Amino acid sequence: MGMKPSPYATKIPYEQKDNKVVGGFPNPADRADAIDKVTGRARYAADYNLPGQLVGKVLRSPHAHANIKSIDVSAAEALPGVKAVVTRDDFPDMAVEHAASGELMVNFKDVTRNMMAREKVLYDGHPVAAVAALSESIAKQALKLIKVDYEVLPHVIDVRDAMKDDAPILHEDQFTKGAGIEPDPSKPSNIATRMESKLGDIEAGFAAADVIFEHEYNTKAAHQGYIEPHASIANYTDGGSVEVWTGTQGHHVFRAQIAKLLQMDISKIKVTAAELGGGFGGKNNVYLEPLAVQLSKKSRRPVKMVMTRDEVFRASGPTSGTNCIVKMGCTKDGKITAAQATLNYQSGAFAGSSLPLATITVFTRYDLENVLVVGHDVTCNRPKVAAYRAPGAPMIAFGVEQVVDEMAEAIGMDPIDFRLKNAAKEGTQTHFGPKLGPIGYIETLEAAKAHAHMKEPLGPNQGRGVATGFWFTIGNDTSATLNIGEDGTASLIFGTVDVTGGMRSAFAMIVAEELGIPFEKVRTAVGDTSALGFNFMTAGSRGTAAGSMATVKATRDAIGRACEIAARKWEIDTDQVVWEDGHARPAGSNVGDFEPLSLAQLAKEATFYGGTIAGHAEINVAMGGPGFGTHMVDVDVDRRTGLVKVLRYSIFQDAGKAIYPKFIEGQFQGGAVQGIGMALNEEYIYNDKGVMSNPGFLDYRVPVASDVPNINTEIIEVPNPDHPYGVRGIGEVPIIPPLAAIANAIYHAVGVRMRDHPLSPPKVLKALEEAELPQAAE
Amino acid sequence: MAKHHIQTTINGDEVDVLCEPSQSLLDVLRDELHLTGTKEGCATGDCGACSVTIDGRLVCACLVLGVEVNGAKIETIEGMADGENLHILQSKFIEHVALQCGICTPGLLIAAKSLLEENPDPTEEEVRYGLAGNLCRCTGYQKVVEAVLDAASELRGA
Repeated sequence: MGMKPSPYATKIPYEQKDNKVVGGFPNPADRADAIDKVTGRARYAADYNLPGQLVGKVLRSPHAHANIKSIDVSAAEALPGVKAVVTRDDFPDMAVEHAASGELMVNFKDVTRNMMAREKVLYDGHPVAAVAALSESIAKQALKLIKVDYEVLPHVIDVRDAMKDDAPILHEDQFTKGAGIEPDPSKPSNIATRMESKLGDIEAGFAAADVIFEHEYNTKAAHQGYIEPHASIANYTDGGSVEVWTGTQGHHVFRAQIAKLLQMDISKIKVTAAELGGGFGGKNNVYLEPLAVQLSKKSRRPVKMVMTRDEVFRASGPTSGTNCIVKMGCTKDGKITAAQATLNYQSGAFAGSSLPLATITVFTRYDLENVLVVGHDVTCNRPKVAAYRAPGAPMIAFGVEQVVDEMAEAIGMDPIDFRLKNAAKEGTQTHFGPKLGPIGYIETLEAAKAHAHMKEPLGPNQGRGVATGFWFTIGNDTSATLNIGEDGTASLIFGTVDVTGGMRSAFAMIVAEELGIPFEKVRTAVGDTSALGFNFMTAGSRGTAAGSMATVKATRDAIGRACEIAARKWEIDTDQVVWEDGHARPAGSNVGDFEPLSLAQLAKEATFYGGTIAGHAEINVAMGGPGFGTHMVDVDVDRRTGLVKVLRYSIFQDAGKAIYPKFIEGQFQGGAVQGIGMALNEEYIYNDKGVMSNPGFLDYRVPVASDVPNINTEIIEVPNPDHPYGVRGIGEVPIIPPLAAIANAIYHAVGVRMRDHPLSPPKVLKALEEAELPQAAE
Repeated sequence: MAKHHIQTTINGDEVDVLCEPSQSLLDVLRDELHLTGTKEGCATGDCGACSVTIDGRLVCACLVLGVEVNGAKIETIEGMADGENLHILQSKFIEHVALQCGICTPGLLIAAKSLLEENPDPTEEEVRYGLAGNLCRCTGYQKVVEAVLDAASELRGA
């Protein structure tokens, strides 16, 4: 994850107990976000308006690759109603410096070039200038008046083409680095990094195999497809401070990046995370924020910027398209003896794809002795990739889980039994370093096997596919403050952006559980950056897992303070007071005979006894408690059209502990449907000029309600040993298996192996025709 | 650019507004009247986040010009609840956790209300096709469909 594990990171051991609130179903109308979301009152970034605000718009490159010879903004600046124009000249250049931004790392030298092109434009949609004007129509007119002199260069879109020796080079100063690159290359390359990860003896592993399969797989880039386009509003004041309201998965990280990119003090920037209209990893990166701040600084007015859908597709992070080769072997009694993969991942215009994550998650569902993974991070003329829910994993699972299916079939073993025989479990040595702790992978496989779905009859041209997924739960900086009101009600302010409302509900349940007060007496909210200590983003499935740890710590801190008040009132030592069922009580009969005091009673007297009741947590939560899931899908393939219809879908996933089970089900279902969309339809299409052909929801088709069936969900609970409630991250695993599960189902329906994504009607039809050709010739 | 004077009724309130001839109804609602409950997801009629009704007919507000609604009756998400009392669909969406990020929720609710007015007893399939014009990227639709079916059943019983 790019972050060094710390010996000072916080773990709280799992506490087995009967919960009253956690795991249940609180009155949903008491959810902090719910009423506002159904009445239209929830405020997303584009819903904010400030007095005197201007409209900001971005001029974007129409070319995939070009040198910028000059930019003339004079005519735009002269247009009445235009209040500010910014270009590369308004932003300081940055040296190479890396920082974690979600699950991926960013390099500030590239971030500044991605938000505003400097020497070159590197993709269709790359920002070149931005204007702030009195109205949208004036801003659009101003963009037309900006003259950019481009020298168009040859471009490269496909990852395989970009790796060729004679490929157009995006960065003349980029020389391949990494494992096995010796001596230092003398020629620049689009291959930014070569990575390698191994375990055991791969040659010996293949020598011991009775059956070996090796295939090449290609996947297209897909977009997160959040329904809310990026939006930001910035208000720079004369004192040199700025307030920003934006759609982000991590406002503290954005604050740090704005400070760095604009050379400001962190203390002078306040970022408020607006209600977020979907992110899925795609709102881990700054795009508009530094431009809005700089336009506001120049114009001395608030500036609001909202992307169009076209801009979202062309210039915000899709996932990597990939080219992968998977080779695996097993014995005839079903033991996998060797697993090898080559991963070629597009990073887009700048280095830094999800390759490091793919490299370490590729085979981590299996207990393997011999592994070799080689990966390349490859720049090409596309938008810089961003994280997308389990970044990098669905594409390589597409290959690995199909090869696993082939091996099982070749030796005549049921695909679930084959996985059970090779399943990762507690103590499994991973090829990237750590051994796995207690995990629930085997439980998910067994649940799948036992499910009624397995017994559903299949008709002609229908097939059943299985695939599995694994993802981390990252930790990192997490802050929370619990304030007890004078009436004994509780307000939790936390710093991890709540992307679904699930965190606000889950944390309120935990506060209620710990304090012993009703759920409806707890209110939870995400604080702005001035309210709390630094808090990492919502990424790596950490939101509820890490945030609930900070919530527990802050609540217990507040309970300690409440007990202190009781002790002072009773004139005994604080350690002679215990907290039970929402009351401070004497620890035993020898302490004295005191009537228990409720939180409300204590809150009323807090001032006299030293001050208000509050609790805090500012902790670096330890990474841990990874999640595993098994998916099963039935499809129907129309042999005439190549259309694949999903008939039935079931998900079995280890959540560690489901705090609010309905939200967990929703995450499982939502992630799977994103995966189904990625599998069947979604792809970035470029024309021969390197311009995106389908930058809209009409041509980039995400699933609609009638495309998908009901999805069975089964929550498995194998507690995370390092979390007091046993919680694991759950958000990312569900998107990993669908591509592979559907590909396997297609094979079992019509006998063709799909190795070219997406599994859209033209591709399926072509595969069916190719499969029939040899028969026709006979 | 000269602005046009529009008189319209929104959620029962008579409203006067000046708008540019190129502004969509969505722009007028959001930018001129600050009725931001109606969301913009695409501005090309593909996502349904800006669903409203004009004289009872379900439309994408981004596909209608502001100047076209002179004299019309418009209903938006802001008019769906009756004071403190949520519409049954709103309650059922919350109960079934049919919303996560919530950006598509106003559009889905308006579309679902329109669907149930036309067909008070829809099958699951009819709900899925009836809401196929509204993209949701978080829920995978299942809990949305459950909420609509549950609301339909309650509305029929009421």
